Amino acid sequence: MRAEDGVRAAYAEIERWLRDTPREQLDAKRREAELLFRRIGITFAVYGEGGDPERLIPFDLIPRIITRSEWDRMAAGLRQRVRALNAFLADVYGGQEIIRAGRIPAALVLENEGYRAEMVGLKPPGGVYTHVSGIDMVRTGPDEFYVLEDNCRTPSGVSYMLENREAMLRLFPRLCARHRVAPVSRYPEELLETLKAVAPPKAAADPCVVLLTPGPYNSAYYEHCFLADEMGIEVVEGADLCVENDVVHMRTTAGPRRVDVIYRRIDDEFLDPKAFRPDSLVGVPGLMSAYRAGNVALANAPGAGIADDKAVYPYVPEMIRFYLGEEPLLANVPTYLCDREEDRRYVLSNLDKLVVKLAKGSGGYGMMIGPHATRDLREEFRARILARPGDYIAQPTLALSTCPTVVEQGIAPRHVDLRPFILSGKEIRIVPGGLTRVAIREGSLVVNSSQGGGTKDTWILEDEGPGAPAEGMQSQGQSQGQSQGQSQSQSQSFGSQSQSQSMGG
Amino acid sequence: MLSRTADSLFWLARYTERAGNVARGLAVASRMAAVSAGLGAEDDEWRSLLTASGGDASFYRKYEAPTAEAVVHWLVFDLDNSSGIVACIEAARRNARAVRTALTVDMWESLNDTWNQMRAMPPEAMEGEKLADFLGWVRERVTLFNGAAHDTMLRNEAWRFVHLGTMLERADNTARLLDVKHHLLTEEAEGAVDYVQWQAVLRSVSALRSYHWVYRDRLTPRRIAELMILRPELPRSLMACFAEVAETLEAIALDQGGRRGECHRLAGTLQAQLRYGRIEAIMEEGLHAFLTTMIERTAALGGEIDAFYIRH
Repeated sequence: MRAEDGVRAAYAEIERWLRDTPREQLDAKRREAELLFRRIGITFAVYGEGGDPERLIPFDLIPRIITRSEWDRMAAGLRQRVRALNAFLADVYGGQEIIRAGRIPAALVLENEGYRAEMVGLKPPGGVYTHVSGIDMVRTGPDEFYVLEDNCRTPSGVSYMLENREAMLRLFPRLCARHRVAPVSRYPEELLETLKAVAPPKAAADPCVVLLTPGPYNSAYYEHCFLADEMGIEVVEGADLCVENDVVHMRTTAGPRRVDVIYRRIDDEFLDPKAFRPDSLVGVPGLMSAYRAGNVALANAPGAGIADDKAVYPYVPEMIRFYLGEEPLLANVPTYLCDREEDRRYVLSNLDKLVVKLAKGSGGYGMMIGPHATRDLREEFRARILARPGDYIAQPTLALSTCPTVVEQGIAPRHVDLRPFILSGKEIRIVPGGLTRVAIREGSLVVNSSQGGGTKDTWILEDEGPGAPAEGMQSQGQSQGQSQGQSQSQSQSFGSQSQSQSMGG
Repeated sequence: MLSRTADSLFWLARYTERAGNVARGLAVASRMAAVSAGLGAEDDEWRSLLTASGGDASFYRKYEAPTAEAVVHWLVFDLDNSSGIVACIEAARRNARAVRTALTVDMWESLNDTWNQMRAMPPEAMEGEKLADFLGWVRERVTLFNGAAHDTMLRNEAWRFVHLGTMLERADNTARLLDVKHHLLTEEAEGAVDYVQWQAVLRSVSALRSYHWVYRDRLTPRRIAELMILRPELPRSLMACFAEVAETLEAIALDQGGRRGECHRLAGTLQAQLRYGRIEAIMEEGLHAFLTTMIERTAALGGEIDAFYIRH
């Protein structure tokens, strides 16, 4: 019996359901889901392509299943990784021991755009930097997970984790009832507790927590309102806050009210025009000074982005060993930094096999998938890498797992990734689930919503799934857990892994 | 509540009310223009409607004369006019979108549907022969919104700021409509034109029938002024509006442990002045002077509410 039988068995019930559900009914449900999302107003802004900027992210009806045992192993690895990332942040803004120990190049950290010198020597409340982390995972085989990317700034997409589940419960109550799906609905509560736990010591017993948004024109504005609503806190814009004597207040109709914790969904550079970009209109003048005075907590901490930099990423396993004295539980994708001469030579002679990405890019923009790229594009990237090697990294193409997905022609395997959300306050908490993104286009490996990707509900199944571990998803072909060897014959469908940050994070 | 939220609620209500008032004004002016065309005073209607809407200066920067076409265009389509119907609906929806979670689903849907339907309308559905239908539609949509707010909102601060916006805008509108016709209400002339004009004034606040119910007698300028200024029964009278404004401000103050400011004093003064005022005294003092003062003080009250609750 092969190891993936557990997963296949978990899909058995889904397969039966798909077999018994006529296509017209699936289509009707799909339309119903779309109507549901449009009415609630769950939209995502896609810029630069013309047309309606407020679009729906396609929602696929077939859930993506992860077994409890798989999840537990992944969650242990996520906890470990987030602990290390947080220790790294405390260190690079503190004693910088990892640099002195020669485990990571000083220039890579200190001259990085994501590094905020303003944070040096500043101790954030509770010593937490990355309160909310989104770690993008791909599965390449049974129990074989890779971390694609860390997101320690303002990772988004969690509203889809919650709303997709609501949609599934509404559309397919019986299917849901036949599975023991781990609930995700307590996420907002856990988030609020995490935020309250990092309130400054000076704060009142029941600290005032707010969510700071750039405003209605931000692509994730819906999520900001949704989360704040679920937590019962105010969504504030920069102009709603003011700083007086290093204390942050929000303007209410009953006068100024002290704010203790700010869950900010604004990028570092726009947080405070006095500290960062002076042209920021969405920030709060004097916020950093109040933060430095220990009068307010910011989640995530400014400067946390240094930990999720794509060029810092290859060093995360080293961080785990250095700070925790443990071996990493989750694997990194081998990454070549074009800044390193040896790596660059390898990259330039293997452009047709590699995925080349901007070290600072996000949303799937500015990347080249070698096996799919035209000769001209490869040459263009060669020139670009030679001109600015520090801007580029490269990774081998991975054999991403696929998941059965409803497409025009029927049901077909499509590539997926997973973004679980990890909360760090007094302790680390993970709600069992995450955002599964799916590349709707055949053969595509790019799951970003900005590139036409969709989402699925993610089911962590409490038991190993009902029914017999039969052939599983034969009809879905190589739907689950393909090994890298097998995948080579499918070269059409394997170009690179997905890129993340598409959700604005 | 966040000051910004209160601000958006206040303004979404003001803009919605304004759209309805402009529609009512335009409908009456069209009717009057048709009636008085034979009497040779056609353009006066459009001129006074323009004055009542408070935007003459910017109008004359773009248009030469207050012809029917120009005024309709200005008051319906022109986005340079922040009191135009299209601009008001846009502004109301923009404010609503910014505070969606503070609105009830019914309120949001009424505003959002209005906006969507308006955007789907070709311009020719909003002018010419279709103008009357369009204006009727606007009034209907505003009534629907007011009903949705009234029927579905919790009676908390959010409701109070919506209500303040509606009432302040309504008071301002009544004062302006009456003021542009003040000359017809002071001279005790009784020509056919005047009588039609008096009817029009009442129609513009949907009060012609109400007049007859209250007075059961022929129209006189004094009673018209009394009805629109002092009678609490008429929901668009200054008295009725300022009673609501003062009461609402007081409710907010009580909720906030008695926190009061200049806006409370000003609203109380206005309410008392209307409550104990007599139409004879007002007419003697001069209707125009009285209304001008009311318009100024309404604006001042808006400013004080803003200063106390929003931009402190």
